[in-house]
Amino acid sequence: MNIRQYIPAGILVAVVVAFQLAVVLTGQDYLLTQLTMSAYYALVIIGLSVLMGYAGQISIGHAAFFAIGGYTAAVLTTGAFRLSPWLSLAVAVAITVVIAFLIGIPILKLKGHYLAMATLSFGVIVYRIVLGTGVFGEADGISDVPGFTLLPGLTVTGGAASRVENYYIAWFLVTLAIILLINLINSRVGRALRSIHGSEEAANAMGVNTAGYKLAIFVLSAVFAAVGGVFLTHYTGGIGPSEAGVMKSVRYVAIVAVGGMANIWGALVMGIVLNYLSLRGYFGTYDDIFFGAILIIIMLFYPDGILQRKTLDDLRSLARSLVARIRGRR
Amino acid sequence: MSFFAVENLSRAFGGLQAVSDVSFAVREHSIHAVIGPNGAGKTTLFNLIAGSLAPDSGAIRLNGDPLQSLPPYKIARKGIARTFQNVKLFRHMSVLENVMLGRHVRSRAGFGAALLNLPHTWREERSIRQRSLEILDTLGIADLADADAVSLAFGKQRIVEFARALATEPTLLLLDEPAAGLNMHETDEIARLIADIRARGITVLIIEHDMSLIMDISDHIAVLSSGKKIAEGTPAEIQRNRDVIAVYLGED
Ligand SMILES: Nc1ncnc2c1ncn2[C@@H]1O[C@H](COP(=O)(O)OP(=O)(O)OP(=O)(O)O)[C@@H](O)[C@H]1O
Ligand SMILES: [Mg+2]
Repeated sequence: MNIRQYIPAGILVAVVVAFQLAVVLTGQDYLLTQLTMSAYYALVIIGLSVLMGYAGQISIGHAAFFAIGGYTAAVLTTGAFRLSPWLSLAVAVAITVVIAFLIGIPILKLKGHYLAMATLSFGVIVYRIVLGTGVFGEADGISDVPGFTLLPGLTVTGGAASRVENYYIAWFLVTLAIILLINLINSRVGRALRSIHGSEEAANAMGVNTAGYKLAIFVLSAVFAAVGGVFLTHYTGGIGPSEAGVMKSVRYVAIVAVGGMANIWGALVMGIVLNYLSLRGYFGTYDDIFFGAILIIIMLFYPDGILQRKTLDDLRSLARSLVARIRGRR
Repeated sequence: MSFFAVENLSRAFGGLQAVSDVSFAVREHSIHAVIGPNGAGKTTLFNLIAGSLAPDSGAIRLNGDPLQSLPPYKIARKGIARTFQNVKLFRHMSVLENVMLGRHVRSRAGFGAALLNLPHTWREERSIRQRSLEILDTLGIADLADADAVSLAFGKQRIVEFARALATEPTLLLLDEPAAGLNMHETDEIARLIADIRARGITVLIIEHDMSLIMDISDHIAVLSSGKKIAEGTPAEIQRNRDVIAVYLGED
């Protein structure tokens, strides 16, 4: 087994722990709340990064899958149902799989702008449904969603008392997701996904079931988004229609693009930084404008994304040659 | 029953009959050429065989099994590999990765096994890499393994496309103008490669405009003109054929 491919994940764990210790030692635990929320959004972003960057299929509708997860959890664990959060999580994933599958079959036949338009329209439809339907709380959304007890004493819920454990729950999920995606990318399947991006006709001629792989990665990325939605809804105790909004989908696409498209680490880092800044209100009322604008700028000037793997490889080989030179001098 | 055959194959684009009632059979382990002037329908014929176009009528058979209703990826799994007239390598992938993709039909790790990186998955991945490196080595381009495939010189891209097709271990290899755009030295190299491929037991169906190459390596030649097969035979027979001479003289 290639252990080296997991080194970045090890570094991620170290950074997560170091950050938590630093924050607690300096008495700034409140920062963990936004980092926990950002982690759940990061689940959407890293899944989308594999769909967009590796398989080359855009989706401007992934907020819809996040909302499908969140709203399913909210409806099923409150009001008349009051199901166990585990059960509602399973239902949310199942519903997401079915919807992503049914939507994906027709729209993934489209390419480029047409696929972008179709996914955007899907996002708009889901947004109007949650906004206009009584069970989804219309404009108010759903509140008083209970915590999600994963293990006795370990509950996904807001509030100062459980801040640290929730930070670790969220980052455990992100790390798990990242490891699964690393495995996927470095496999025969990951290579097949990239070949679709590289030349769909040649991929098909070489025996890759391109339609099947596109659908599978679309569904997987939708499930990642939905799981993020389920957990964030339990964490914040509610969900509103803005989570399904088109501007949320635009934000996810913008972040993947800034992160370098085919680069889950770039997407993760940019996802955390930008969502964190946004949640802490740094962009003020210009929040949506900010994300819309970066998307326009990237599409104009860096259609392959900013933090591309090539850029990173260049940096890495530069670092390596510097190290070699320093060693040589001794 | 022949190893491979097309039977009364036709395909039109609007009013244009690109392939018209074409039939021929290919013997196993032979090199079978398809020649004809520009626009004769040769590439269309390959697209029909490989499944990227559907025929309007007619049949395509490999060992008697009909292929004409299968999607391209299933045809590839039956052991038919191809190269493209205008070389289609995978962008954003290295030479080695391009060839490793050729092993797709000879490996099996699915979505779930890939996500979990199960032991058989990474063992399979290791053997895919080894086998692909061997193929690069045989074709003399091992030094290019880590190069970005689409930034190579055209002649090298052709060899990489060959390597990728060979990696599938095909029983029938479709080559669409493998010598186009190559210099004399590279053309010789390709000719040697094709002879070598046949020696390994692979049947070759080749489209080519380079007549000396074709007459040199082919066992059998079919000639297309305006979508129709106008002649068929050995290189010597084709060189004497009046219709063929007329078509080629008429063209120039
Ligand atoms: N997808 C398509 N749509 C419409 N017309 C097409 C299509 N593909 C090919 N044609 C037409 O069909 C005819 C045959 O084309 P084809 O590419 O098969 O010729 P060819 O024999 O390969 O020629 P060349 O030697 O130039 O490669 C041409 O007139 C071409 O313009
Ligand atoms: Mg052609």
